[in-house]
Amino acid sequence: MRRRVAPARTLESQRPHATPLILRLPGGLSLRLHRRSLLVSLGLAAAMVVTAVLAIGTGAYPIAPDRLVLALTGRGETTDVFIVLGQRVPRTLAALATGAALGLSGCVFQSLSRNPLGSPDIIGFTTGAASGGLVVILVAGTSSAVSIAAGTVVGGLATALVVYLLGGRGGTAGERLVLVGISIGAMLAAVNDYLLTRADLASAEAARAWQFGSLNAISWAQTWPLLGAVVVLVPLTLAAAYGIRALELGDDSATALGVSTARTRLVLLVLGVALAATAVAAAGPIGFLALAAPQLARRLARSPGAAVLPSMLMGAVLLGVSDLLAQRLLSPFQIPVGLVTAALGGLYLMWLLRHRAG
Amino acid sequence: MTIRLARRERGSRAVRPLVWAGAILLLGVLCLLSLAIGSRDIAPADVVTALLHPAGTGGGTADAASIIVWQLRVPRTVLAILVGAALAVAGVVMQALTRNPLAEPGLLGVNSGAALSVVVAISVFGLTRFDQYVWFAFAGSAAAAVAVYLLGANGVGRVAHTQLLLAGVALSASLGAVTGLITLFDSTTFDSYRVWTVGSLAGRDPGTVLMLWPALAVGVGLALVLGPQLNAFALGDDTGRALGLRVTLVRAAGFVCVTLLCGAATAAAGPIAFVGLVVPHAVRMLLGSDQRRVLAASLVAGPLLVLASDILGRVLARPGEVEAGIVTAFLGAPVLLWLVLRGRGAGAR
Repeated sequence: MRRRVAPARTLESQRPHATPLILRLPGGLSLRLHRRSLLVSLGLAAAMVVTAVLAIGTGAYPIAPDRLVLALTGRGETTDVFIVLGQRVPRTLAALATGAALGLSGCVFQSLSRNPLGSPDIIGFTTGAASGGLVVILVAGTSSAVSIAAGTVVGGLATALVVYLLGGRGGTAGERLVLVGISIGAMLAAVNDYLLTRADLASAEAARAWQFGSLNAISWAQTWPLLGAVVVLVPLTLAAAYGIRALELGDDSATALGVSTARTRLVLLVLGVALAATAVAAAGPIGFLALAAPQLARRLARSPGAAVLPSMLMGAVLLGVSDLLAQRLLSPFQIPVGLVTAALGGLYLMWLLRHRAG
Repeated sequence: MTIRLARRERGSRAVRPLVWAGAILLLGVLCLLSLAIGSRDIAPADVVTALLHPAGTGGGTADAASIIVWQLRVPRTVLAILVGAALAVAGVVMQALTRNPLAEPGLLGVNSGAALSVVVAISVFGLTRFDQYVWFAFAGSAAAAVAVYLLGANGVGRVAHTQLLLAGVALSASLGAVTGLITLFDSTTFDSYRVWTVGSLAGRDPGTVLMLWPALAVGVGLALVLGPQLNAFALGDDTGRALGLRVTLVRAAGFVCVTLLCGAATAAAGPIAFVGLVVPHAVRMLLGSDQRRVLAASLVAGPLLVLASDILGRVLARPGEVEAGIVTAFLGAPVLLWLVLRGRGAGAR
């Protein structure tokens, strides 16, 4: 087995490419920026725009650029306007917003749990959300988007609340919260399996397709609330995330740095769950994205701690590209986007691990 | 090489032999219950008679009972014990190897590899019976585990264990997507797959199951040999190396061990998710974090959980059954919750 010399790597990781960029703001405030994170964020934002242009500008029904611009302003032919403004734009916006919410939520949870496997699932959220949705689909037997969304959100929030009440007592809740989360999550996963095996094949298939997470049936009716929630939650989370770096150092160091650990953790937890709930309500339980996006972002940005902004943008780009592929790959058959996200994110993460160890 | 860790004692030493005796006694009782309980009622006395006189020596009803006990219930009980022990031990090794309390054996890609090859076996080769795709499952899980190792083991130092975990997660996600895609298009396959994926001990062919035991024996043996090394391993790569540990070797050996154990168990019973994740936690909370003791206790605790779940599954929905893979979580999770909430904290770190 090939053995590498460890000290060399340590030195490399401390190479001063990360000279802090200090932004002086009026009023004596200064903002310390991580240069490479900033560059990665800009790159990801550009990728996001390209994805959006591709998603809106191309499709099964070809629309020439001039007609596209007309349609975007709402003055083109009725068919064009319907397809562009009624279908492509809301779907694209929904994909980007959902991805951003999931990426940010995953970043928050990985920091809170100080665990690379952390995701909204460690407090049982995603499993609970899936249980809620499955109960609505399989037990109540309805398939209207609104009731499924309500079921998922209620299921997820109820699970998160139970886990928090059981495991969150006391300030240093980290490990206990995680353990309570995985045990409740495991029980709910068993419930999900039970529901799937006992249902008749047709509804089990419908439920399974939903369980992967999909944006196939999205319209403005779901997109507006989603955008509203993301516009409110993202700035709040970014603002609350100033304490994340300190929390990652451990509770004692964070307290010494003047961060109120219990409060910061609770605020971040609530915001993380709210973001995950927003995503789940719009697209169903898309797995893996919340786990992969922060890891990918962190590896690209080589940031010393949580890469908050890159994680969010990475989530948006990943889900945007995945949804594009989900629509076009086997067209006219529409693949649930969660499957593409898992395949794409998984392959990308494997590639990164192979080529940029650490 | 033995490393004596500063002991974090849980409970007084005098009590410990009693706990062990109690656990083993409980396992014996569960074995008897497992032989006695089923969709067909056989009186306990008849069970004993049937056990002592294998089919052919008695006559009439005694013969029927003997066939049921020997050909259905004994293999099933043995399987429950093997699967429970394998998954629990694999879980201990996996969590020690990755130094991550959230790690479970399935994270090596074992379950997703097995799932994909089972789905391919059903969908492409048209296999339908469990004993036909058991080898597919084993081969699939081994292949996935090797891939994860090749991807994840090139990290050095502190990144190494994160690297391994992430490689496992990434490969599992990708394979899972393929599995999902196949089951999405092919509803016959999905119908068989959704039953397989729960994990159950019912209707397993005793012959096939017994063919898996060498893998399990080697795996458990390897784990027990590794026990002391895992203690040093827990201190970190550098400290471990300073203590004379051959870190790469331990990691590779642990990997082989988890692959054998988890691959065989998954091939035999389907992915029973909960055991490997939670039994190690429960045992650590009761006994402290000395890996040798945790390994030994897992050998008893894993079978206890799986056997009890299997029996409960048979009782709950008579004359039907609830699969063991579903009951384990419902039986095990409250135990873990109780341990966590009792406030003794986890010995996972």
